[in-house]
Amino acid sequence: MAAYPAWDPESARAIVARLAHLEGATLPILHALQEEFGHVDPQAVPLIAEALNLSRAEVHGTLTFYHDFKTAPQPARIVKLCRAEACQALGCEAIVETLAREHGIAVDDHHRADALVETIYCLGNCALGPSALVDGELLGRVDADRIAALCRGQTQ
Amino acid sequence: MAPSTPMRVYVPIDAAALSVGAEAVAQAVAREAQARGLTVEIIRNGTRGMLWLEPLVEVETPEGRIAYGPVAAKDVPGMFDAGLFVGGVHPLRLGKTEELDWMKRQQRLTFARVGVTDPLSIADYRAHGGLKGLEKALALTGHDIVQVVKASGLRGRGGAGFPTGIKWQTVHDARAEQKYIVCNADEGDSGTFADRMLFEGDPYLTIEGMAIAAVAVGATRGYIYLRSEYPHAFRTMQRAIEKAEAAGLIGASVMGSNHAFHLEVRLGAGAYICGEETSLLESLEGKRGVVRAKPPLPALQGLFGKPTVVNNVLSFAAVPWILAHGAQAYADYGLGRSRGTLPVQLGGNVKRGGLIELAFGISLRAIIEEMGGGTLSGRPIRAVQVGGPLGAYLTAAQLDVPMDYEALAAMKAMLGHGGIVVFDETVDMAKQARFAFAFCAKESCGKCTPCRIGATRGVEVMDRIIAGTDVPKNIAVLRDLSKLMTDASLCALGGLTPMPVMSAITHFPEDFDRPPSLRQDIPMAAE
Repeated sequence: MAAYPAWDPESARAIVARLAHLEGATLPILHALQEEFGHVDPQAVPLIAEALNLSRAEVHGTLTFYHDFKTAPQPARIVKLCRAEACQALGCEAIVETLAREHGIAVDDHHRADALVETIYCLGNCALGPSALVDGELLGRVDADRIAALCRGQTQ
Repeated sequence: MAPSTPMRVYVPIDAAALSVGAEAVAQAVAREAQARGLTVEIIRNGTRGMLWLEPLVEVETPEGRIAYGPVAAKDVPGMFDAGLFVGGVHPLRLGKTEELDWMKRQQRLTFARVGVTDPLSIADYRAHGGLKGLEKALALTGHDIVQVVKASGLRGRGGAGFPTGIKWQTVHDARAEQKYIVCNADEGDSGTFADRMLFEGDPYLTIEGMAIAAVAVGATRGYIYLRSEYPHAFRTMQRAIEKAEAAGLIGASVMGSNHAFHLEVRLGAGAYICGEETSLLESLEGKRGVVRAKPPLPALQGLFGKPTVVNNVLSFAAVPWILAHGAQAYADYGLGRSRGTLPVQLGGNVKRGGLIELAFGISLRAIIEEMGGGTLSGRPIRAVQVGGPLGAYLTAAQLDVPMDYEALAAMKAMLGHGGIVVFDETVDMAKQARFAFAFCAKESCGKCTPCRIGATRGVEVMDRIIAGTDVPKNIAVLRDLSKLMTDASLCALGGLTPMPVMSAITHFPEDFDRPPSLRQDIPMAAE
């Protein structure tokens, strides 16, 4: 369960300065900011644009193109549930239905503050699905009860 | 065994093994050994690829490594009681790892060390044949290295199957102050995990392959673009690059030569399209992952406009073996225009899933039925998708096709990155066709209209077909739309999304003409 500091322009500026020398630094910077704050505040856009001599539009474009980058604070617990073909073959869609019906958890519902079950496509665990990724740990052979328990804050 | 020799136990650190409890098993082994006053060296290896047996624990004995699996932490005390370190009899004892049928049937060239060695030990890497290819390459001219790769018949393992040597030749012949080597590790296709397994189980192999490419074409910088869904592989590869640099394998000098090669691993950010090489290059440059029109070819104007070798992980990883053992030795595997070995990844609803490296030419049926043991649910196989989300669905009757690029292409299917996903009879192929469009709509970069708009129209048409509305008319629209996307899309995402759709409608027409009242989900069989 992650707890992140509030957005802070000074430490954001320091992160940008530390990575600005890289070739094609935008993605490494966005990843570093998200790792620090749990999301990338849109206030970072002008900071990055200035440091890398890019237009704000270019940085905004990159920030918003990729599924990974979030521009608002996220729930403390995020369960990434694989819904690609190999996990479909093992019933991941039935998990999604059971979560909604029996646990009141709607997948990809961003309105809940405590936990989010997010759709992801392929975790490379296709022989041991259905799979999920929680706090950087890969879980195999998951079912709806386990996903619901993870949403309640249970550790693996 | 001499009492001074610590007993050696292998517990995989591969993410798939961890996903079913390998960490708890490793801890249990350490705890149990301590409680019994035994000195044990626990090596965290990669996975052997027998994923249904994970966590697979191996013990080194005088007669070889003995495998136990699948092991739960609670089984560990009993295994110690049974004489674990002499390979004692226990219900989970499988026998000598090398002699298990699954391992014996394979021809492991690329995956020879995965699961065998300590992934981050350079000494282990070298002791098991590592760096021989790079050493050979350093004694050759760039031109000669390219000739060896050409003669091996190696074709790009990312899916397109373009001859690797010809790509290298183009970059070799280009004149530029800066050239790049880029490794495509954005393994986004569902059903594939070979790159992940290789990065976690034998990271130096890809580093060595990239270094050989750098020496061959005269490049001094390289990037590995790895998908963010693989945090374990990212950590292992980062540490491997640091260690390889510290050991002088890469960096300012490649193994003491006057070639420099600086390598970095970069994380993607959850965009499937970045597995397409030009979109990957845009992403590495810090931009939106939007596909570029070709020409210019990346080999001439690639990363930052410079000549760039872009290859898949498995292409780079095949090269050290080719250099070490010779082009002909590699070409002796395989058939027709598909030479060498192919790491097949078997997943989905299958009893025994995992990684199988074999010469091209084995039939899909042998892989799925003999090695895979049929479905996990025990129900009959209905459909098999080969080559990821853009690959065709085949029927159970079509599985005698050999695994090679041309044979699959001849039946309007594709090999792709070698992933096989098995579905049992509960699958609704109309829903799979709808998913193909929905996935394309979600992941389209938006640059070309056929993909951006076509995918969304495809979802709508499929919704009408599933609802039973004007089915014949809507199937005509579907065929027309698929033809347009195939012919007019800029890259493979829009261009190949019709492949799973059309294969589903061709081979499973009954699923496209069914009253909605009969379209109910059959629940999954309990395991």
